Amino acid sequence: MRFLTDCKADATADLVYRVCPMHLLEPAEFLRDLHTGQVLEILTDYDGALEDIPAWCAKHGQEFVGLCEENDDEVFKLYIRKLH
Amino acid sequence: MTPGYFDHAAATPVRPEVLTAMLPYFTERFGNPSAVYDLGSAIKDLMEVHRAKVAGLIGASPEGIVFTSSGAEANNLAIKGAALAHLKKGRHLIVSAIEHHSVLNAARYLEKFHDFEVTFLPVDRRGQLDPERLRRALTPATVIVSIQHASNEIGTVQRLAELAAVCREAGVLFHSDAVASIGQLPVQVKELGVDLLSLAGPALGAPKGVGALYFRRGLRLVPQIHSGIQENGRRGGTENVPGIVGLGVAAELARRELPEKAAYLKALRDRLAAGVRELIPHTLCTGHPEERLPGHASFCFEGIEGEALVFLLNRQGIYANTGSACASKALKVSPTLCALGISPDLAQGSLVFTLSCGNRAEEVDQVLAELPRAVEKLRSFSPVWRKKTAAFSGGSA
Repeated sequence: MRFLTDCKADATADLVYRVCPMHLLEPAEFLRDLHTGQVLEILTDYDGALEDIPAWCAKHGQEFVGLCEENDDEVFKLYIRKLH
Repeated sequence: MTPGYFDHAAATPVRPEVLTAMLPYFTERFGNPSAVYDLGSAIKDLMEVHRAKVAGLIGASPEGIVFTSSGAEANNLAIKGAALAHLKKGRHLIVSAIEHHSVLNAARYLEKFHDFEVTFLPVDRRGQLDPERLRRALTPATVIVSIQHASNEIGTVQRLAELAAVCREAGVLFHSDAVASIGQLPVQVKELGVDLLSLAGPALGAPKGVGALYFRRGLRLVPQIHSGIQENGRRGGTENVPGIVGLGVAAELARRELPEKAAYLKALRDRLAAGVRELIPHTLCTGHPEERLPGHASFCFEGIEGEALVFLLNRQGIYANTGSACASKALKVSPTLCALGISPDLAQGSLVFTLSCGNRAEEVDQVLAELPRAVEKLRSFSPVWRKKTAAFSGGSA
């Protein structure tokens, strides 16, 4: 897992408390509204997302940028760059 | 319509145009909205159309609507869902003392199982909550305040925008149960300033078994029914598609009909209330005299029991209730009436009429013919009443 110190994004998908598998459905919706090269931040409390989001990016040809180092004890912040 | 039926807070008939719209979704259009084939995805699209109609009734965006099975479930999702999502802020919540059981018991659940402190705020003799009293009850640990828009038991309408403003200033979430007021009063979430608002189908002429929760954009909620992707992961369980269609159609009708409906109900209600006041002495009109639901009249008759009155009226084909449907079976004295400072003796004589546009003036006149006779009959063999009248006339009991 790549940890980020500079956690900037162009949009945020707040999926905290939204049950699995919403973390695999919502990113595509949000990425649709972004331009190529822009970054989407995903907020989630689901630890399964730490494996699922990088795998989802690999499968769908998007870049998984990393996980914000400043995660609090409940919410993970993951970043995806739109490649297409 | 059933002539003589005055308990629309408990149950309403489904409107014919609502039922007609719902019927295909029980039979030929039965697909699961989560399925990806046409029979399902078309239903998903249809649900979104009806979500927009419900949102339109309350001035919300469709993304802020979660469909539920009832107003009670919407209240539970609002209070428990929001409180549990904001534990870092604290564990204190405030409700009024005259809330529906689904609010009071959701608060008690948080108190018992999640160490919340709950403040049950008193109301004045007319059933209204003072915004200053609410302001004083807020603490840094207060997460959410839940105050009903109107009471289905005493008809009183709260000054919701003022109460919501107090919470907004303090950065506290504000929820309102609008199950009793939806379709009778304008309910616009932005004007009221609420973060969450509950509504249910029956008040609009939609069936039982469907309701909705409005939540402000960006507000986190912990789901209370855990399953999959239904309702965008906020409320599990396969959606009640016919009910949702019914709610959408009923909401659209309510939006068009509201001003006319409110005026009609108020005229009918005033006819009933004025007649009761004139014809039956020693009667207390409960709730606020002006700031009340247009289709709601509620009374306490001295010296008798409301339950006996309900049975006598039932024999004459008149259907009214002693209070809220859920409370009337279980309790002898209503906590709402006690919260108004009404004595337990007087509170026993409670009778509530909740009207709809299906009611006619002739039915009200039938009530005004039968009700005084029924009250007089019950008083004639009431020891409490004999004691009271002896006191009125200066004699001894």
